[in-house]
Amino acid sequence: MKSKGARSFYLIPYYIWIALFVIAPIALVVYYSFFDLQGNLTLENYQNFFSSVYLRLTLSSFWYAFLVTFFSILIAYPTAYWLTKTKHKQLWLLLIIIPSWINLLLKTYAFIGIFGLYGPANKFLAAIGIGEQQILFTDFSFIFVSVYIFIPFMILPIFNSLDKLNPALMDASRDLGASSWMTFRKVIFPLTINGVKSGVQAVFIPALSLFVITRLIAGNKVITLGTAIEQQFLVTQNWGMGSTIAVFLILFMIIIMMLTGQREKGGSANGKTK
Amino acid sequence: MDTSIIRFENVSQIYDGAGPVLNDVSFELEKGKFYTLLGPSGCGKTTILRLIAGFITPTKGDVYIEGKKVNNIPANERQVNTVFQDYALFPHLNVFENVAFGLRIKKLKKAEVERRVKEALEFVNLKGYENREISEMSGGQRQRVAIARAIVNDPEVILLDEPLSALDLKLRTEMQYELRELQQRLGKTFIFVTHDQEEALAMSDEIFVMKAGEIQQSGTPMDIYDEPINRFVADFIGESNIVAGEMIEDYRVRFANKEFECVDQGLNPNEQVEIVIRPEDLEITSVSQGKMAVTVDTQLFRGVHFEISTIDEVGNEWLVHSTKKAEVGSLIGLDFDPEAIHVMRLNESEEAFDARLESYGAEADEK
Repeated sequence: MKSKGARSFYLIPYYIWIALFVIAPIALVVYYSFFDLQGNLTLENYQNFFSSVYLRLTLSSFWYAFLVTFFSILIAYPTAYWLTKTKHKQLWLLLIIIPSWINLLLKTYAFIGIFGLYGPANKFLAAIGIGEQQILFTDFSFIFVSVYIFIPFMILPIFNSLDKLNPALMDASRDLGASSWMTFRKVIFPLTINGVKSGVQAVFIPALSLFVITRLIAGNKVITLGTAIEQQFLVTQNWGMGSTIAVFLILFMIIIMMLTGQREKGGSANGKTK
Repeated sequence: MDTSIIRFENVSQIYDGAGPVLNDVSFELEKGKFYTLLGPSGCGKTTILRLIAGFITPTKGDVYIEGKKVNNIPANERQVNTVFQDYALFPHLNVFENVAFGLRIKKLKKAEVERRVKEALEFVNLKGYENREISEMSGGQRQRVAIARAIVNDPEVILLDEPLSALDLKLRTEMQYELRELQQRLGKTFIFVTHDQEEALAMSDEIFVMKAGEIQQSGTPMDIYDEPINRFVADFIGESNIVAGEMIEDYRVRFANKEFECVDQGLNPNEQVEIVIRPEDLEITSVSQGKMAVTVDTQLFRGVHFEISTIDEVGNEWLVHSTKKAEVGSLIGLDFDPEAIHVMRLNESEEAFDARLESYGAEADEK
């Protein structure tokens, strides 16, 4: 009994933290979502959300988050695979992770310089004869920078699941007649799907609510749910609508978490018997 | 020529930096036999298996399967299947899908896949386990799934990489019988890798004893047990008493300060040799009746026999397996037949050794 009492005692800081910084903000957001600009209790915000403007915004937000996630997987999976094959994999991994420790704003500002009209990217294009292009404030630059920012969070879980994979399984697959591609499709990928799912969670959900990159790199041409919330709160001062969008954003996050949730079916063992 | 299925010609395998894992190995395997590669870890036996399976290509030399050079043919295009040491079953697939893996790759019809998987599972006594997950299977059952997964593809050669090492003693013995029987029913060539000499003796048609990347001796289990070529083989296969000796003349050998009659001939007079006598060939008698007098040092009860360690007058140790008990510290006599004495020349090659053994046979026939 005593140990049980002690355990709940130690949990007090955790509960306080959760209450203050998780439950209270969510409750506040939900609370504010029921008020209009004049401070009247109303469901208007929710009606508004289903108007074409916000639905289109939601769709575009999902579309960009999807693109960012897609390209992240496309680059992260082969990179992670290559990492597991290299000799000094921990060193290479560190090199990939280090940029993620640098402040997001700093990295974003750096890209303004790189992609700017007089930046090195344009100098290179001019040198190879393509000529100067408008790179900044395009969909391309937005996706590029977002993928750059998120890629360590995609590589890490995929690397971990690949690294845990028993190499004998690849041999077994080859032995049973599978080509390299079949081995990847039927053995390697299914056994590392959980790493991919973790990566998707770590990339897709934050990508839904990006707003620094949309502002600085995409020049507000790309509007995500994150930008919309920021605009509602800081520009139009419509806290009610901002909160409503936030409520939906939270709902979307929960749905994505459930969709990419890990099921226990052998995959967790990653093929290691011991 | 028709019966040969696998041939190695002067194959060497060298990894960066390290010495050769295989050193100029040549051999030929016949169809439908049970072969065992036996040796301590690091002797290159698994490397041979991986060369046959196609996971690695030889640094030097050629590998032939059914008369065709396969050096550059990848594993997935070889008519060979492997049972891996840790089984390497796919954890995301159930028993049925694991066994069906190879058939599905070959894009066989659904009914055909089902029929063959069922057949293979029945073959390894796993009928009714189709829908189990691998995580729900015990070690012995996983072993059987791995075997079924290999045989379902109907390969000419089945490679087994220490498949019994993870099982407990009782199950291991049981699986030895089962594997041997399975091989005989299928009539396929089995190549079995192990470091367990008992396993090798019990199961094989032919054993290759390996050490440091070279084949030391090959032959039937009885040949190898009775006529080991050198100290390493004698020591590795079963328990042996190995002492230094001298060949006085044909059929006369001297060791432990005494002369004995033996069956070996064709060696140089007064040649230095090594003598092997198996512990079970030594018999305890009284000092007066024995050919050799020894002092009992220690005695262990091993269940089927006593393991008695004795020391002769010049200090050689003689291990005796006997159903009779002996008194520790007492002086006893040891008796043995001339046939029990096995004479090994120092640094004799396998060819010379085989030729010498054959000459005995010819001589015996003449008599």
